Amino acid sequence: MTKDKIYFDYAATTPVDHEVFEAMKPYFTDIFGNASSIHQFGQEARSAVDNARKISADFFDCKGSEIIFTGGATEANNLALKGILQTLKISGQKQIANPEIIISPIEHHSILDTARALQKEGIVVKYVPVDNFGRIKAGELATLINLNTVLVSVMYANNEIGTIEPIREISNIIAEVKKDAKKSNGIYPLFHTDAVQAVEYLDCNVETLGVDMLTMSAHKIYGPKGVGLLYVKRGTPIARIMDGGAQESGMRAGTTNIASVVGLAKALELIRKQDRSKVMGLRDKLVESVMKQITGVKYNGSKKFRLPNNANFSFEGAEGEGIVVSLDMDGFGASTGSACAAEGLEPSHVLKAIGLSDLDAHASLRLTLGRGTTDEHISKIVTALPPIIDRLRSISGGQAKREFKDKVPDDFGC
Amino acid sequence: MYNDKVIEHFKNPKNFGKIPDADAVGEVGNHRCGDLMALYLKIDKESQVISEVKFETLGCAAAIATSDMIAEMTKGKTIAEAEKIKFQDLVKELGELPSIKVHCADLAVHGIRKAIDNYKKKQTK
Repeated sequence: MTKDKIYFDYAATTPVDHEVFEAMKPYFTDIFGNASSIHQFGQEARSAVDNARKISADFFDCKGSEIIFTGGATEANNLALKGILQTLKISGQKQIANPEIIISPIEHHSILDTARALQKEGIVVKYVPVDNFGRIKAGELATLINLNTVLVSVMYANNEIGTIEPIREISNIIAEVKKDAKKSNGIYPLFHTDAVQAVEYLDCNVETLGVDMLTMSAHKIYGPKGVGLLYVKRGTPIARIMDGGAQESGMRAGTTNIASVVGLAKALELIRKQDRSKVMGLRDKLVESVMKQITGVKYNGSKKFRLPNNANFSFEGAEGEGIVVSLDMDGFGASTGSACAAEGLEPSHVLKAIGLSDLDAHASLRLTLGRGTTDEHISKIVTALPPIIDRLRSISGGQAKREFKDKVPDDFGC
Repeated sequence: MYNDKVIEHFKNPKNFGKIPDADAVGEVGNHRCGDLMALYLKIDKESQVISEVKFETLGCAAAIATSDMIAEMTKGKTIAEAEKIKFQDLVKELGELPSIKVHCADLAVHGIRKAIDNYKKKQTK
């Protein structure tokens, strides 16, 4: 079924690379041991995990003991935030009476919702603002940090608009703050970055980035779903959030998912072989062509600080879910920030944070490219898109220009 | 996600457009929710029969399909009959809607009622 279809949603997930799949295969049926067992069945599995850990550590330029394999990025993000706050509870750190964390308003839900959960427990959550391109205002970060700030978490690159955040700049700011006894006790604030979207394209050397923790996910880089990792710099005060066995240096209980961890490592190895300029060339061609052929289009996000595979548009007078459903009928897989495509009622928090109106946020279309994208795919989608937008605009008529005098009710009246 | 009937009404709606000399207009929805719907009605003064219905909808596939379907369902009915249509009737006519899209049917039904309310107000003036 997917043979004739064309995928433009690589930021959502990627297919498992054949080499990755081949590397994983033996660990389902042949080498099936529990890595915690003493016998050879277990030791064989153990050595596969050790090897995967080494490959991962090489990729991020850290020690193997600093890698915690998790059941995906959501778990890694939960661990990063909750694990840091958990240590405060355990140690009863007197110097931090009212812990605060700082995040950006455009984080993934696994950070936003974790922060909100912590807020319910009394943690103060502050948001460092972003500009209209989605770049955080790093200059304002220093003013938000005080002696109570335990953690700053800012994503490396955004999943919706592809904006790349100034991670090195942020770590420099934090390093400066740490020298100031009025603002820091020297240990805090710690710095975490969610690098899920960045790993495929950007330098993820943790030394260069200057981060204490980093999250990644295998399924965004042609690895399997349900596995990720959290890099935690040696000496970082963090506690586990799930009780059970002593796997992953006691930081992540649960029998190690050998096949997945092997797949994650293989996927990381293959990243280095990718030609990233190809995808950028195709993306630029796509954007240029869409902007030229269709009027009333906004290109959302930054041109300069942007992942090479991301394009995000808003089409006046067309609604995102309608666009995505129409594209799907023509065989294209795409995505939107419209609420109508989500389980919730609100349009994308990212598009709202960068200043888009409700209607523009609802009118958004995200196209993300990947290793399988070809020149022909671009030609096909830029041919398919204009009539779709035209058709939806003829159906919406003058509605996009309608004025609203009444206040919108809390349930949005819908 | 959507059944064939919903897709058909989304893909090939028969009733979209504006009636410039409409006897009644019902505008519903809002920009936050993202679904904006306008229903235009021609109503025969004598018989109170709705002779023509058109819509303009900025919204998702379900919003467009429910707009088109409510137009089909109300055309040829008296305003008293049209007013009685419930969102459940509309969903039933479309076969099914994903649960998060049922509010689109509600929106369309409200659109018709609002148009008829506006018409009645105009008549009593």
